[in-house]
Parts: sequence; C-alpha cells; structure tokens
Amino acid sequence: MKPAPFDYVAPATIDEACAVLAEAHGGAAVLAGGQTLMPLLNLRMSQPFILVDIGKIAELKGISRANGGTHVGPMTRQCDAIESKILAQDLPVLVQAIRHVGHHQTRNRGTVGGSITLGEPAAELPATAVALKATIEVRSIRGTRQIPAAEFYIGPYMNVLEEDELVTGIRFPEWSSGHITVFHELAQRPGDFALVGIVGALAVDSGRVARAGLAWFGMGPTPMRATAAEQMLLGQPLHEIDPQAVAESAIADTAPFDDQQASAEYRRTVGMRIFARTLREALRTREVA
Amino acid sequence: MSKHTIEMTINGRRHTADVESRVSLSDFLREDAGYTGVHIGCDHGVCGACTVMVNGEAVRGCLMLAVQADGARVTTVEGLAAPDGTLHPVQAALRDEHGLQCGFCTPGIVMTMAALSAREKRPTEEQLLNALSGHLCRCTGYQGIRRAARKLASPEPAESTGGDSV
Repeated sequence: MKPAPFDYVAPATIDEACAVLAEAHGGAAVLAGGQTLMPLLNLRMSQPFILVDIGKIAELKGISRANGGTHVGPMTRQCDAIESKILAQDLPVLVQAIRHVGHHQTRNRGTVGGSITLGEPAAELPATAVALKATIEVRSIRGTRQIPAAEFYIGPYMNVLEEDELVTGIRFPEWSSGHITVFHELAQRPGDFALVGIVGALAVDSGRVARAGLAWFGMGPTPMRATAAEQMLLGQPLHEIDPQAVAESAIADTAPFDDQQASAEYRRTVGMRIFARTLREALRTREVA
Repeated sequence: MSKHTIEMTINGRRHTADVESRVSLSDFLREDAGYTGVHIGCDHGVCGACTVMVNGEAVRGCLMLAVQADGARVTTVEGLAAPDGTLHPVQAALRDEHGLQCGFCTPGIVMTMAALSAREKRPTEEQLLNALSGHLCRCTGYQGIRRAARKLASPEPAESTGGDSV
C-alpha cells in the first residue's frame, strides 16, 4: 500500500520544527530515520497531514560528553552510534543494544532518538534508556522539559510527549568506568523484535554494587524497570550476589503478554533463566578481570 | 499535498524531477527514473528486495521518501556491472554459487553485499551474513547466497562446494 497524501517540511532549526509542530495541533508526524514511521505510513496506520523531517537539523546530531554524562542527539543514526568512541568508552551496553536494533540496512537510516521516542515495548533502546536512567530532553514553543526515561513511556508506542513537543536530546548519567554491563536478547531471527530481553549496568565501588540499573524489553506494555532487583543488588558485595534470587525478584516486575510468537508463561520462564544466566556471566567476567 | 523539486545522481547520471511528498525512493526510482531493477516486495521494510545504495550505504528504498534523497548519490543494481557487461564481483559470486532462482530478491541482496564490499574492501563472513539477515529469499533456501557471501569474504577465491554444513 502507499501512504495517504501529506505535506512535507524539512526545517533547519529546532525552533522552526517546534513552530510547525505547534501550528499543526497534532496533525504532524516527526520524521527522524523513518524506519518505523514509513511502514506505518505505507500501511496507512498513520495518516498525518504534515511530515516534519528533522534530518536537516544539525544540532540534533552527534554524541558528546557534557556535565559528567553522555549526550546523544536524537538524530544520531544507529550505524554512527555503533562506531562512536565516546559510547564505546562510556556506555558499551548501549552500543551492544544498538547492534541488535533492526538490520544493517535499517541502522543506516534509523536513529537512536527515533527508537527511544517511539517506545516499541520489545525494542532494545527504550529499555536501555530506562535501565541506564537516561533523561529525555524535550522542547516546544512553550519551553523545555527534562523527562526521566522511566516516566516517559505509558503504553505500547505511547509516551508522555505533548503534540507540540520535540525530543532534542537523550542524556545518560555517568556510569563509572569499569561498570558491569548486562545484556541479553532472545529473538527468533537476527533483527526480529525480542521475545525477551534484559539490559542494564551495575556500578561497583569497593567490591559492592554502588548503583544498579536494569530493565526488561518484550516483557510488558512498556520497557519494564526491574526495580525490585535493583534494590536487592544495591550495596551487595559482588561475590555474595545470588543471580537466581535476583532473577526471581526481577520477574516480579514484568507483565508479559501472549502473542503469536510466545506465551506470557514462556516469556516469564525464559526471562528468568536468561536474567540469571546473564547476571552470572556478567559477574564472572568481573572476577576474571 | 505538496510537490518538491528534487535532484539526485542515479548511477552517475543527474536526475531532476518534481515529486509528491509521499512518493518513496523505491517508487521514484522505478516509476519516474525507470530503474526497474529496484524490486518492491513488501513496501514496509521487511523483505529487503528494494535495497539500494544512498551515498554508498545500503538502505531500504521503501523506507525513505524520494524527497529525502534530494542531493544524494543513489546507486541501483543497474549501476554495478561494467559498461561492457562484466558483472560486479558480488553479481558474479551469486551467479557462480547459484545464489538466485527467481531473482526477485536478488537486486537487494546484491546492493547490500556490494555496499559492504565497497566499505570494508574484504568484509568478514560474519559482517556479510549479519547484513544478509535483512533480506528474505523464498526460493534458494539461502545456502547459495551464503556460499557467495563466503566467497566474497574469504581471503583466497574459494572453491565452490556442493554441500553446505552451516
């Protein structure tokens, strides 16, 4: 199928883009990499009357260090983020997650901000933003807002953005060097959405967990933060962590569903196992190091 | 509904046109520019048949608007073989290894492997197979395609083998 007709603008600045969004009163769709929006348009599941292409706004691209954290411009393409030296050093688990987003061909256009904003519940990047305690920076003609990723998602493909707001940055707090990374995704084929996935990081200080950030993807209507597991890990000496017990508490923070790929029970059973195994392996790499 | 004047270089030739906003790059290449080697399978980014190169990178033609390719350098499968008809190494490898049957998915597969080969000189087998996961083929069972990928990745020209263990 082909898209319904729409107008197209490609503003050069954030302010211009916000002005168009404000004027459209909800009739606009923001086009970043288009790797999800284009199918929705082609299937006529989305019928905006105007498309605001933010691909020409230079200030929305690129990765930098700022205020002790890492700032990712939402228009940074996934293929460029994978090559980023800053991300490789600061947030290796984000790079690992991006490698699992879609396919080589879609990562050449798909953006970090597009995936994070969209909030597909089984996608890697929204969960990574929640796990790493990122802040979503948002702007409109009314002003700016900083929204914690954990408060950003309210349902499948639904977020707290107002219709005139544009995501202008994703800010990740500093995860001290040498933090432990946790990532595992189970999918039927490479590039498929995850059946179950877990992502996160543990900051370590004097052999104890100083900070924990963990979230599930494919395990509920939104990325699901594993709050109970985080609490359980906090302050624990690494060698005393019982991965199975942590996994059991983590599974309590999920709300998986049945679909044609897997049942909720399957997701819970497999999720608990991959959580325990991934945590065990992550801790083991630390012992060896 | 708005129209836009766009200009792009397709297979080395300058092309100017007025396009409607909603026209995808793949439809534009086929219907306006006449490059029907761009095959459209699903039109929503799943099958990979419409893969073309935009500024040297493999992208799905159906997941990009023609207007977004304004100013870009686009290569379709028609732009790969030499003027005398000598096949591009990727095309030759697919032919030699029986990497196609009906040929519908082939242009996309060719463009993905050609883009990687141009970028990496000698892409690894892992890189090629990983990128090929973005393509569906309903005829070959993929083994011929994988053999072609291995041939392109291997340091020496590999012997064609009948069986396949992977």
